[in-house]
Amino acid sequence: MAQRRISTGSRVFDFFNYFLLALLAIITVLPFIHVVGSSFATSAEIARTKFLLFPTEFSLQAYKYIFSTDTIFRALGVSIIVTVGGTLWSMLFSVLTAYGLSRRDLVGRRVINFLIVFTLLFNGGMIPTFLVVQQTGLLDSLWALIIPVTINAFNMIILRSFFMNLPQGLEESAKIDGANDFSILFRIVIPISLPAIATISLFYAVTYWNTYMHAILYLADADKWPVQVLLRQIVVLASGMNYDAEAYSDVPPPEVTVKMATIVVATVPVLLVYPFLQKYFAKGALLGSVKG
Amino acid sequence: METSTLTAEEEKKQVKKIKRSETWRRIKRNKMIYLMILPGLIYFLIYKYLPMYGLIISFMDYKPYLGIMGSQWVGFDHFARLFNSAEFWMIFKNTLILFALQLFIFFPIPIIISLMLNEVRHSFFKRGVQTLIYIPHFMSWVVIVSISYVMLTLDGGIVNAILESLGFQKVNFLLNEDWFRPMYILQVIWREAGWGTIIFLAAITAVDPQLYEAARMDGANRFRQMWHITLPAIRNVIIVLLILKIGDVLELGFEHVYLLLNSSNRNVAEIFDTYVYVAGLQQGQFSYSTAVGFFKGGIGLILVVFANWLAKKFNEEGIY
Repeated sequence: MAQRRISTGSRVFDFFNYFLLALLAIITVLPFIHVVGSSFATSAEIARTKFLLFPTEFSLQAYKYIFSTDTIFRALGVSIIVTVGGTLWSMLFSVLTAYGLSRRDLVGRRVINFLIVFTLLFNGGMIPTFLVVQQTGLLDSLWALIIPVTINAFNMIILRSFFMNLPQGLEESAKIDGANDFSILFRIVIPISLPAIATISLFYAVTYWNTYMHAILYLADADKWPVQVLLRQIVVLASGMNYDAEAYSDVPPPEVTVKMATIVVATVPVLLVYPFLQKYFAKGALLGSVKG
Repeated sequence: METSTLTAEEEKKQVKKIKRSETWRRIKRNKMIYLMILPGLIYFLIYKYLPMYGLIISFMDYKPYLGIMGSQWVGFDHFARLFNSAEFWMIFKNTLILFALQLFIFFPIPIIISLMLNEVRHSFFKRGVQTLIYIPHFMSWVVIVSISYVMLTLDGGIVNAILESLGFQKVNFLLNEDWFRPMYILQVIWREAGWGTIIFLAAITAVDPQLYEAARMDGANRFRQMWHITLPAIRNVIIVLLILKIGDVLELGFEHVYLLLNSSNRNVAEIFDTYVYVAGLQQGQFSYSTAVGFFKGGIGLILVVFANWLAKKFNEEGIY
């Protein structure tokens, strides 16, 4: 009797739990589906049906339009360069620093760790950082999007704790064989840490792809704007399409689909790497080890 | 007796000497490791610590052509100006309200979602939900705000279309002061609530399944199991994240707020970060805006130290 009552209550609980979680997941992705769906719709259909998820008539009109000038190609090019270059740059610095600080016998390790963690709690703020970027000659160069954010302290700490949890014996035996620290790092440690390195690389890549603030802070030259800045211009500021107005001399198509298509273009690369990200961070332990 | 003290002293010296040479030996042995750390260290010194030194311009009348060395000292003038300005309290209040929304509305949500996910027994369902709710975290704020914009806009936005077809008045969400805060926090929830579950779920996996078994034997229902077993097990993680959140008191996301800010909602949307940007980079008041940023960062640091102290007082681990 008691057994039965518990299991009914449990079943009701399960029903609501599954229902609410499914609802949450659907609500989370619904806006994306709306945007992607609308970007492939015809202007007529957009005007007719307001709440559109899947267009009945498939159209590439909006995409043809945004790719008809080189504005978006230039912005995508900048974003790709910054993402690929920045990720390699950041990983090089992060891995070297994280591996060095993972060595327990290092004199001064605690002090250096503290100096790095402290930057998470306090920083100079926007203006002094801007002045340093200016003084180091980075303004109006794509390096301004990369060098000032070379190492993300969180990412470095995740890598460091991953390296610290590797079996110590491997390094010891390599040392006995006369290998130096660099060859230990590149020949032994990195090959067995690929999951962690892949995850952190993808974190960096997503951050670089999404960069917006540094572009508006440090780049005055519109030719160097990454795709996020362009997206902002198209969706919000250019209600009258005042960016590159002459370039779009054709009859302007419905602005809505163009905005939707630009959002999709700025988002798709992230969605493409997402399955790979998902595969690695499913092993949530990696992030659980941030602390300590 | 004298000889024995001498030898003791000598022994101490000897030990010190050995220790020092041992330290030197360790440093020398690791010289390549120091070489590895050096580039990273230089980065932190130049782009993190040099700006901290640059905070001194908040006590100066900094002129770009004079530099830090040539500019005049003005003491606390900029701070005085900040506290006496009519806008200070408006910005202070706005910042505080957004922080309160983050703390009291956003913070508990990932915890609740992780507790719910933990009760799911079909792993494909659990993984499916996780995959979907993590997605927005990887979208830039520009994308999040842009999607909100096209959905909420008066002409052709889906939300107003739905409101209209249900017989309601259209609402100008994007320009209306009253809608700024709900919009802000909903966007934060949309982007971060799912991703926020990761760290709690990781902590929950460490819970011993036998505890649930024992609780079931005692007749505890699912809610009681959550309350008495799962929640206490992740208490430390919750406290650590709470401290970090409190330390972030004034880090409400420059990008996010800046993207939502416009001239009609400025009264509720202007926060310290956006104010620093406008006063500093758009109007060129470097020293004044640095003082504003310094004030904000200082409060953040004090709060995180205080929160950590409080946690320790209650015998929790804290963050350092």
